[in-house]
Amino acid sequence: MALDLTRRSFLTRSALIGCSAAASPLLTRVSFAAAPWDTRLVVIILRGGMDALDVVRPLGDPDYTSARAGLLRQDDPVIDLDGFYALHPGLQPLLPLWRAGEFGAVQAVATPYRDKRSHFDGQDLLEAGSTGLGDVAGGWLNRALGQVPGVSLRTGFALGHGEMKVLAGDTAVTDWYPDTALTLSPQAALLAEQMMAEDPLFHGAYAQAMALMGEGQEGETATNGAAKGKRRLPEHVNIASYAAEQLRGDARVVGFSLNGWDTHRAQTKGLTRALKRLSQTILTLKRELGAPVWGKTVVLAMTEFGRTVRQNGTGGTDHGTGGALLFAGGAVRGGQVLGDWPGLQESALLDRRDLMPTADLRAYVAGVLQGVAGLDRAALEGTVFPGLDMDGPTSLLL
Amino acid sequence: MRYSPELAAIRFGCGLSPALPPPRSVSDLLDGLIGPDEMARTYPIELFDRYQNRLIDLTALWKAHRKAKEREAKGQLRDQIDAVRDQARRDASIWFAHTLMRWIDTQSGLRERLAFFWADHFTALGKSGAIRYSGLPYVEQAIRPNMTGYFSDLLISVTTHPLMLQYLDQAYSIGPGSPIARKKPGRGLNENLAREVLELHTMGVDGAYTQSDIRALAELFAGLSYDWAGGFRYRADFAQPGGETVLGQSYGGKKASLSPVLEFLRDLSVHPDTARHIARKLVVHFVSDTPDPDLVAHVARRYRESNGHLLTVYGALLEHPGAWQSELMNVKPPADFVASACRALNVRPDRLDLDRPGRLRRRLVHPMAGMGQRWMAPEGPDGWPEEDAAWITPQGLASRISWAMTRPRQLVGDLPDPRRFQWDALGSYAPASVQFAAQAAETRAEGIGLVLASPTFQRR
Repeated sequence: MALDLTRRSFLTRSALIGCSAAASPLLTRVSFAAAPWDTRLVVIILRGGMDALDVVRPLGDPDYTSARAGLLRQDDPVIDLDGFYALHPGLQPLLPLWRAGEFGAVQAVATPYRDKRSHFDGQDLLEAGSTGLGDVAGGWLNRALGQVPGVSLRTGFALGHGEMKVLAGDTAVTDWYPDTALTLSPQAALLAEQMMAEDPLFHGAYAQAMALMGEGQEGETATNGAAKGKRRLPEHVNIASYAAEQLRGDARVVGFSLNGWDTHRAQTKGLTRALKRLSQTILTLKRELGAPVWGKTVVLAMTEFGRTVRQNGTGGTDHGTGGALLFAGGAVRGGQVLGDWPGLQESALLDRRDLMPTADLRAYVAGVLQGVAGLDRAALEGTVFPGLDMDGPTSLLL
Repeated sequence: MRYSPELAAIRFGCGLSPALPPPRSVSDLLDGLIGPDEMARTYPIELFDRYQNRLIDLTALWKAHRKAKEREAKGQLRDQIDAVRDQARRDASIWFAHTLMRWIDTQSGLRERLAFFWADHFTALGKSGAIRYSGLPYVEQAIRPNMTGYFSDLLISVTTHPLMLQYLDQAYSIGPGSPIARKKPGRGLNENLAREVLELHTMGVDGAYTQSDIRALAELFAGLSYDWAGGFRYRADFAQPGGETVLGQSYGGKKASLSPVLEFLRDLSVHPDTARHIARKLVVHFVSDTPDPDLVAHVARRYRESNGHLLTVYGALLEHPGAWQSELMNVKPPADFVASACRALNVRPDRLDLDRPGRLRRRLVHPMAGMGQRWMAPEGPDGWPEEDAAWITPQGLASRISWAMTRPRQLVGDLPDPRRFQWDALGSYAPASVQFAAQAAETRAEGIGLVLASPTFQRR
């Protein structure tokens, strides 16, 4: 009987376990549903407003160097990408990926956010995915998960200490920071469960935490072991390596943040630091996913807005509008900078100060979701990104 | 929906204490704000003015270090620099402990709560070197003495403060037509402070201002600067010549000076959008993430009528029945959670091991970071989130429970009996499940941990 693993008995057993899991869906450690699709999607929110014009430098534009003289250092190597754009030296570690077609960018894109140039509203709209603030509840990545049958709590992961509104919403996802530790005696866990049960916010978080803790105790993977070793890994590497671990399993969508892009002053230093973290993050993902999974992975790095075309008076740039979407992974059509270039002459700028967005950032992201999770256009334009028109942009996927 | 001493201590104070009585009435709460600041005297925190001496010393040491030629001399100077910096870091950890002690021993918890509220509203961080440890000295000097007068005084005090000018990149912003711009091509304006003053500190992002207001305000602000030797300094040579029109009013025009800047900040402090923004933020912080519109309108009205007299504004909040809904609502942010737990445990200063900053960090500061709040280091000028859901994530809650289970026994000599402690911490708010947990726990430590980990203790 024990060996009778026919399809029928297997289904029955699953159904039985499924029942007990339904009584306490969050407490289960076993994932029942196989992942609903195969391609992996990593969404990185670059908070603070990444200066697209410094990251993917339009050196071929005649107005660029005069607008940015103070930000371009004499001894910077020029990392030519395609004769028009050059890469910021801080992203040099990603150059091999660019050459392999695994890293690229879209220039001059933006969300529909305009005018006020607030980080906080800008990020809210980027994560909501709607046309206006307050149009819709939750984040676009959460609504996208809601469109796919067979999504479980372990399909989507929001990692880190900070909020990830892009993954918040009606569809349950796992929220976690990899180094968290909690050990409770069975009795304390039971008593805590009873107290938490009276408060839905606490109860949901508690159940998830206990489930994730249980996993940690079962066995340590290589990456976990490294994280617990003598030297603590930097937060972003720790998160990327945990993300890879989950994506090798049933997780299909992971979101997290990288901060430190608000370079009002001393930008050459600050941006280099932020780009180093981004490079390390992407390289950690690639290394720890391993070639087969990396080959079906898409990484999207997006920010709330770009920055002013002209450098400001303090060696930095102020809040702008048009920016860039960076993409990487074995499943993307990298090695190119996409997007219609609007030019930098004053008449071409938005409000005579910002890079003019020539496409809706969301259209590129929607294209990726279409390819990755098989969402149809009606769902993308109606539910995931309400008010979006997907016409136009080239697909980022192979 | 009426006054209750317990609720006053929990919602508007630092929580219940086994040693101190809760405030008796609304006027008791308000009187506590205007009496002498006993906590500041008992548990001192260095004022920023004095902290500046350390920065002056460091500037001189670095200068000598640059000039020194011998390797040995350079090395010695480097050691001195490290010593000054280490001392600042050690002192900052004592000030952190003093902040906790104020929360534990105060009879006017509202004052400590307001200090946290305004420190967050006017978030300013040191970005490099020893300036990084000056956060509490900034709050002690620029904010704490200005919490009960007019909002304009508080606004001026922080907007002209060296730490803020440093944090939001104002100090090097210069008018494009200023005398110094002619000498230093490439230098110019930086909009950062102008934007955040309107968006975060006063009118709110929905306020009636535009990008051109921000630009004009950045020009008006050009000249706000500092040097460590003298502190705040208005630099006429940085200022943009001519007047500026901001929010439809014109400011300055003739000789560059500080007074039009102050005139603008005074006008801004009584703008109806500012009244609405501050009123709403206070209600959200103290009462609920989804505030009663009536309550917000009432506080905003008193704000306008009193020209932003803050004591009157707090009075408006406290006199309204909407502030006294008996159900506990907002989740305490990690620092407030930890500090109110220390109050319920009546932690004594000798147990905080003030001379062992490493212990303080392990027991209190690092765990708070795990809960999602790096002490005095929010990610941006908007400070910490107010939304409950931002804190009660699986990782945040796990870190809170973990702290509650393991740290209290290191912070008090003998743990109290959990059955008594649930009363110390929650009073009549203790639900049956917590009362049960307190007596059914296997050990004292777990009983205490469960009381502190309860949703009831974590809300206010």
